Amino acid sequence: MSGYLESQLIILCLNVIFAYGIFLPAASGQLNLGAAGFITLGAYSSAWLNASMGGLGLPMFFSIPLAMLFCAFVAFVISFPILRTRGVYMVLATFAFAEVVSGFVINLDFLGGAAGMPVDDHANINVVLPVALGVVLFSFYFMATRLGLTFRSIHDDESVATLFGVNVRSAKVAAFTIGAALTSLGGALYGHHYNYIETQTFNVLLSIYILLYVLLGGTQTAWGPLVGAAFFTAIPELLRQVSKETGEQWIADTRFIFFGAIIVLMMVVRPEGLVTRTMVERLSRRDKGDPPAKTPAAGEVSS
Amino acid sequence: MNASVLDITRLRKSFGGLTVIDDVSFSVTRGSRTALIGPNGAGKTTVFNLLTGVYPIDDGRIVLDGQDITTVPANDRVTYGMSRSFQNIRLMPHLSTVENVMLGQHARARSLPSLLFPLGLTPRNKWAREAADALADAGLGTYPGQVVANLPYGVQKRIEVVRAMVSRPKILLLDEPAAGLNQVETAQLQALLERVSASGTTLLVVEHDMHFVRNLCDHVVVLNFGRKIFEGTPAQVNDDPAVREAYLGSDSSMGAAHAS
Ligand SMILES: Nc1ncnc2c1ncn2[C@@H]1O[C@H](COP(=O)(O)OP(=O)(O)O)[C@@H](O)[C@H]1O
Ligand SMILES: [Mg+2]
Repeated sequence: MSGYLESQLIILCLNVIFAYGIFLPAASGQLNLGAAGFITLGAYSSAWLNASMGGLGLPMFFSIPLAMLFCAFVAFVISFPILRTRGVYMVLATFAFAEVVSGFVINLDFLGGAAGMPVDDHANINVVLPVALGVVLFSFYFMATRLGLTFRSIHDDESVATLFGVNVRSAKVAAFTIGAALTSLGGALYGHHYNYIETQTFNVLLSIYILLYVLLGGTQTAWGPLVGAAFFTAIPELLRQVSKETGEQWIADTRFIFFGAIIVLMMVVRPEGLVTRTMVERLSRRDKGDPPAKTPAAGEVSS
Repeated sequence: MNASVLDITRLRKSFGGLTVIDDVSFSVTRGSRTALIGPNGAGKTTVFNLLTGVYPIDDGRIVLDGQDITTVPANDRVTYGMSRSFQNIRLMPHLSTVENVMLGQHARARSLPSLLFPLGLTPRNKWAREAADALADAGLGTYPGQVVANLPYGVQKRIEVVRAMVSRPKILLLDEPAAGLNQVETAQLQALLERVSASGTTLLVVEHDMHFVRNLCDHVVVLNFGRKIFEGTPAQVNDDPAVREAYLGSDSSMGAAHAS
């Protein structure tokens, strides 16, 4: 694989992991704009656990899971105040959380402060790609479970889910916490791949992009974040390539205008995201060649 | 075993100074088909909301099959053997028909292994089969994988009944299940409820269609302005002066049903 393709694939893998981390809460109706916060926490805690100088010197295969556990714990604790908010207020609360993390880390000298921090162990594509695949498989499994069904029910109607026995609060905490663990996994891998981290990289723009991947990809099925992240990682890059091939510099210069226009267009054309439940149902039925439905029962009249 | 499956004692609820349920007591006999009727705004839906724990009650006691559930949290009440449908359809619009019914099974599947079982990856698992069978049994076998948002009103209305049934309640609370159904659908609904009742489930039904009530129910409780004004058989209800008074001048179908 060429170096260019490989570097693009790594970015795609990281974006996919981030997207699933934000998708799990989104599937239960939570808008989480705090991705950068969990990425920062994951990247820095794994880097510190892994650092032979000034850290614990654990190998990356221990430091990454430990970092995830730590982030899951943090997420669990902050989920209680954060989940008291909803909608746009939850967006603001999670955003504020990410800012707090960033401000915290930048003031910790043993993590390099504003100068950033080098990361010891290197995670190449042979690590990042399988982990990303694992995250995708895990998320598909998870959304197929009864717990996943409760997430989707909560997304649609919390009070009815409650009346059928769902503990809405616990389910929301679980979605938020597991999502944060996945997001921090992406952050840890980011650090170990580029071997250098600084808080400025993990800014609110990153959080916005990740939330966009998820919302535009669609929150109804586990395909959404995969398609969303792939689509939005590829488009700016494709536009750049087109510009290079044709020698038309203006395309590269204005590609983010295109990008923005595509986002607006998608919100108009597919407000529920690129991939919806109905679409998956239709496609899978065609694939299997099943008849669309059993023959209607006698006397079946639907007005 | 107790003769009544549900005992409501001196139930009281007000919203911001307005007393909506005022000292209401009645019992629902095990295996009966009890109707809860009354003019619009009488408080019927509120009674259901209080029974299922949507709102806390101000005063009174709710006993379900001998167990006091007055302070049991809303999400645990279904496990005591009570589930309901809603006056305005409250299915999950983005879930398929079968998935909606599988939500109804949740009360029976709250252990960790059940929660982590991949329902969606194994289409022939026992939960999915049970849900599909329950739908087919109700004459709704046509739409297993469809997202419910696109289904006709009458179909959605009956899916709600099936969803409530699969929690295997001792008592099923139905809030205007026949409203908006055409004649054929109403007949199918009645047949479905007859079978539900024959299988031993007690029915408590809020319904405006008196014809439907007379066909289905053996006992009637009438509310007006949050108070119980009558309790007896469907045959007696039309002749009760207080009930006639309550319905006088209201646009309810009670008057029409009476004339017919
Ligand atoms: N959540 C609530 N807040 C304030 N008032 C309510 C609420 N729920 C019901 N009510 C009032 O209680 C009364 C009874 O309503 P409801 O139980 O829906 O009547 P019914 O189902 O018999 O038509 C109405 O006056 C209604 O406005
Ligand atoms: Mg009502």
